[in-house]
Order: sequence, then C-alpha cells, then structure tokens
Amino acid sequence: MQVFEPGTEVRVRRMMPPGHVRTPAYLRGHVGRVERVLGPFGNPEQLAYGHTPDRLPLYRVRFRMADVWGDEGHRDDTLDAEIYAHWLEPL
Amino acid sequence: MPHDHHDHDHLSPSGHPYRADQDQGLTYWQVMEIAIRELMIEKGLVTAAEVQAQVDAMDARTPAQGAAVVARAWTDPAFRDRLLADGSAACAEMGFDVGPMKLIAVENTADTHNVVVCTLCSCYPRNLLGLPPDWYKSRAYRSRTVREPRKVLAEFGLTLPDDVTVRVHDSTADMRYLVVPARPAGTNGLDETALAALVTRDSMIGVGVAKAS
Repeated sequence: MQVFEPGTEVRVRRMMPPGHVRTPAYLRGHVGRVERVLGPFGNPEQLAYGHTPDRLPLYRVRFRMADVWGDEGHRDDTLDAEIYAHWLEPL
Repeated sequence: MPHDHHDHDHLSPSGHPYRADQDQGLTYWQVMEIAIRELMIEKGLVTAAEVQAQVDAMDARTPAQGAAVVARAWTDPAFRDRLLADGSAACAEMGFDVGPMKLIAVENTADTHNVVVCTLCSCYPRNLLGLPPDWYKSRAYRSRTVREPRKVLAEFGLTLPDDVTVRVHDSTADMRYLVVPARPAGTNGLDETALAALVTRDSMIGVGVAKAS
C-alpha cells in the first residue's frame, strides 16, 4: 500500500460501502493534506465483525473548512480527521 | 398546604422539571448487558466485585486528571514538548494510563483555537477525563461542530476573533484528543496545584477557556 508522507495532498475515496465504516461521509471525495502518520492500526471494518484485521497505516488528514463546506469566511480554519490508508488516494 | 396543585409542583427546588419515572422497562441492550454479565459471573470468568471495581475505577476518573496534565505543561516546557509529541507517554509519566487509544494533545495559542468532536459516535479521552458530558454525545454538537464551529463556540460563550484560526478535530478512529488551553494572563505566581484549579473540563474539549485566576 502506498505510503503518504506528511504534507502530501490526498483525496478521500468516494465510496459508500455498507457496514461499520469509520470514514465520515461528509469528507468523502474531499482533498486534504496528511498532517501526521499514525499506526498501524487494525482495520475497524474487519474488527467490527470479529475478523482478524489487516494492520493499516492511519493518517491524520487536515482539510480546509472552506474546501469541505464552500464557505470562504474564515479561510484558514481547518478540520482534522483520522482516515485509514485504504480510504485515501493520491492526486 | 403540603400538596396544592400549582404548575410549579412539577419543578424540583432547582427550578428544573423532575425526570420522568422509568416505567418503560429495559431496552434490548440493557437486557443484553445484564445477561452477558450474569453469564460471565456464573461461569467464573469475572466476579461481581471485579465488575464493580471497574465501574468504580471509571467513575474515579475526572477532569482533574487532565487539569493536572495541563498545569504541568504550563509550568514545565520540556514536559509540554513531550506532551505535544506523544500525549499517551507524557500522561503515563504522571501515572495516568490513557488506555489502548492514543492521546494527541493540541495546544491553544494566541492565534489558534482547537476544539474536539466525534461526529461518528462519542469518542472522548475517558480514561483521562472521565465520562463525557451529555451534550458531547448529542447530534447537535456532533453535526454542527464540524460545520459551523464558531457558532457552536459562541453558544458556549466563546466568541473568537476573526484572526484566530479554528482547528476542529474529528475523533474518527484510534486517537483521542486533549486540548491544552492557553495559560491565563496574570498567573505567573501560581504553583501547579493552583493552576490546575483554573483548568475546566470544557477548556480541555475546546469549547471554553481556562478560568482567570
């Protein structure tokens, strides 16, 4: 799996799979930058059903509020979320 | 008259309505919890005393633990650096085990304000701060804090100037977050214990600031 260094621009995959998913729907399809690399952690989509999880890097991705919501009022305000590696794609 | 029926009879002495009696029976999950607990005790996997000890241990965790961490960070720059680099390890130094989830500490400064939310459920640094306030788990707080944080903060009484950057942290996975509020002005003479008394729960979630001395 591709490793993203801090500062790299990434896009959250626009997927809507069923089941226990910890990628917020409001961030799917949006572009942010890797703030720091965490992990590896067990994939919650497998853990939730008692399967042995794959160990995945977890990224803290920083989004601009303006990019997510389209409001340009406070251009520097940000939103950070933790996203597992398989939900991220390079630009 | 001990029981005259005015409207205020439905209010407690605090002026709030009494909570309704819970006459609706147990929910599915309450029944499940009792059944599993009783089975585990019956099979000898745990004792009732061990279950109670865990409940007591959880209830013993309070925001005072986080306040002690913040006060140490305010007074010891090297500790502050270690806290921002690895929150879990820094708390462990002080004897606070934050559990299997990792703690990230984020610092409020003159130009940056951090606030924590969990949009998916109610992730909260329980092992450090104790149980979260009810509002933290409400749909309103969870959905609005990522969408209009400045409005939410204003409703908590915290109106931020436009030149302060807001950083919202959505606690979506294995991390838990502690906001290190800015140290109030005029507190140079205070020791760590006195400083800790200024650190509120809300200031460590980021919906408030530390008390003035």
